[in-house]
Amino acid sequence: MLVFLAKRLLQLIPTLFIVSVIIFGLQQLLPGDPALAMAGEERDPQVLEQIRRQYRLDQPFYIQYLYWVGGVLSGNLGESMRLKEPVLTLIAQKFPVTLQLALMAIVISLTIGITAGIMSAVKRDTPIDYAVNLVALWGISTPNFWLGIMLIFLFAVHLGWLPASGYVSPFQDFWLSMQTTILPAFVLGNSFAAVLMRHTRSAMLQAMSSDYVRTARAKGLAERVVVLKHAMRNALTPIVTLGALELGTLLSGAVLTEQVFSIPGFGKLIVDSVFNRDYAVVQGVTLITATTYILLNLLADIAYVLINPRLRS
Amino acid sequence: MKRLAIAAAAAGLLIGCSSAFAQTTLRVGLAEDPDVLDPTLARTYVGRIVFASLCDKLFDIDENVNIVPQLALSHETTEDGKTVTIKLRPGVKFHDGEAMDAAAVKASLERHMTMQGSFRKPELAAVDKVEVADPLTVRLLLKSPFSPLIAQLTDRAGMVMSAKAAAEAGDKFGLKPVCAGPFKFVERVQQDRIVLEKFPDYWNAANIHVDRIVFRPIVESTVRLANLKSGSLEMIERALATDLPEIKADAKLRLATVPELGYQGITVNIGKSDVGKAAFGKDPRIIQAFNLSLDREAITKVAFNGEFLPGNQWVSPKNPYYQSKFPVPKRDIAKAKELLKAAGVSTPLSIDLMVPNNPETRQVAEIVQAMAGEAGFDIKIRVTEFATSLKEAEEGRYQAYMLAWSGRVDPDGNAYIFHKTKAPQNYGGYSDPDVDRWLDEARVQGPLADRKAIYEKITDKLLSEGSIVYLYHRLMIIAHTAKLDGYKQMPDGLIRLTGAKLKP
Repeated sequence: MLVFLAKRLLQLIPTLFIVSVIIFGLQQLLPGDPALAMAGEERDPQVLEQIRRQYRLDQPFYIQYLYWVGGVLSGNLGESMRLKEPVLTLIAQKFPVTLQLALMAIVISLTIGITAGIMSAVKRDTPIDYAVNLVALWGISTPNFWLGIMLIFLFAVHLGWLPASGYVSPFQDFWLSMQTTILPAFVLGNSFAAVLMRHTRSAMLQAMSSDYVRTARAKGLAERVVVLKHAMRNALTPIVTLGALELGTLLSGAVLTEQVFSIPGFGKLIVDSVFNRDYAVVQGVTLITATTYILLNLLADIAYVLINPRLRS
Repeated sequence: MKRLAIAAAAAGLLIGCSSAFAQTTLRVGLAEDPDVLDPTLARTYVGRIVFASLCDKLFDIDENVNIVPQLALSHETTEDGKTVTIKLRPGVKFHDGEAMDAAAVKASLERHMTMQGSFRKPELAAVDKVEVADPLTVRLLLKSPFSPLIAQLTDRAGMVMSAKAAAEAGDKFGLKPVCAGPFKFVERVQQDRIVLEKFPDYWNAANIHVDRIVFRPIVESTVRLANLKSGSLEMIERALATDLPEIKADAKLRLATVPELGYQGITVNIGKSDVGKAAFGKDPRIIQAFNLSLDREAITKVAFNGEFLPGNQWVSPKNPYYQSKFPVPKRDIAKAKELLKAAGVSTPLSIDLMVPNNPETRQVAEIVQAMAGEAGFDIKIRVTEFATSLKEAEEGRYQAYMLAWSGRVDPDGNAYIFHKTKAPQNYGGYSDPDVDRWLDEARVQGPLADRKAIYEKITDKLLSEGSIVYLYHRLMIIAHTAKLDGYKQMPDGLIRLTGAKLKP
């Protein structure tokens, strides 16, 4: 296990190097001039020239890259051109917000998705199965943007139960934090719950028809034990991978949901930075996201081994 | 019974006391996230909304765009126009307790003029030197006379910062700005909120009745309005014109509207590059025909419920500098076709119209496409992300470009940089020696009537051959809770809370 871990961690280095080159290279392909984008309406040529010099935008691509990598290796991700704040500070501000939202979304989608998937598999070809499938189809096909606005109007404007948008940290006020994040987390988790339900259903159906389940039943075990202990445990392996990958996707920023609910997370930061050509922020956020994604993948592999003892050898 | 009455009276008193001492917080929904809160480095319109509460300026504007004193008391310009003496308001303090005096004004102006990356440099380019005449008098020595100078000092160039805080923070001043406005900076969480609180030592503190302001950027206009309606916000800026009926119908909401100082229009490429010369640049009659093919009133009716003002000049018809001699032209398709024919154009004339990607401008572009199509223009809309479109415009890779300008207090700010030969934002590539000369003359003249006479000549010329087709002027729409009393909207669309009271 330790060797496996060490190997995987070493693989991180070339992966991250390639990722950093790609991030930097792709950004150069973006049309538009960062100095011009930053200047807004104040497009005086002399001032623009000064900004280009100040942020080394007048230097060749590889020089800019070397400066950036040098900074990253010494723990400095640069400074936002637009906000004059260190990129690390911005990431430290946004990451917990997005993490909270992503975790809540994952919990919601796992709860709904796995429960519904198991129910649907156990009650195969019954009205319950059809109903669950119909709801899942609705979940997959509903655009987050639309659902978000509808929920805001229902719960904030008409019923007045929840705040319309915004974010409060759970360390500041736990209940208010839950109130502000429950709708966006539901919107985020909604479509993934549907995907999870479909996967759980098919994995469970496969498991339920396998020999060990027949043996378990033949032993006279209660159906509940057969389903939850024998079938579900095996069916969970692909679900864990899916969950880990989805968490990675959610951490890279749920752009539309954060935009609708005005949640100051990664998604909003990336969008604003791309539109303002705030290169340092885009690079920093993408690098951190890529690293997180790779680490989550690694965690999923470890979780496999823990769930399925056969993989331990 | 008597005990009960006493208890009730005591409870009433308590409630009365608590409401009298209750903190009033005004939560304002902004359409974008402001950039850095440093008057020298700031460049966005939305940032100016926050500055209006945070940093007082030497001068301000009133409801009729007249310049009025703020941190200054008066100003005087010598006959040759090259020395401007500004008397300062006594007893003004910055948020850090330092005194606002002539030395602080000199330090702020010099920071604006010399700091690396300062966006105020071009605004103060006419100033050669700043001198302290006495603790409450500064003297600006100009390189040449420049009549828009005082107007420049009504915006960020006129904001005075605590010299001590600015020297200590350097280019990080914007992370914790220290000025002399009615509210002082408390905290900012990027893209989430900016919190300000009442500054008790403000020079006009008696007229500030709100204790705290929280600015929250909410980009989606529908969500901004939903927040206002649900009571999560007390005020929103730049509500959509199409939301006006809903706001008016809500008894809990009030509206404050004002025509913008800027304009919305289409810049046409007449001399910026060969691409342009192949279309509008061939003959001025093509631009005239394009102008006549458009029904500006119909544009504002279809896209904005008729709430915006049709326009044809760089200031709105309600601005004192509007030239009423040249009213908004009526649509005349027959004449437009005639002009195209006279210009020797074979129709349909294909035009590439670059449109920044935003729902409102896209809709206007589609209406323009349909209208101009009837006169013989084949408009091809190219929706382009904003930063990219600016670069395309700068390099002349377009024929027509839907580009707006938020406007400045002085008309020079809406005209000079767009029409002067090779000026930074002359994306149309317009060049005319007479217009160049007149634009310079208007910068030297003082009185409104004299300047207006010069602008009349420029307007006449630009309407027949200029490179901007002005379409309409937006209404700056501020919606707020009915609990906010005494709020007055100024023409720049910014939010000033002097005199406004928020009922609990």
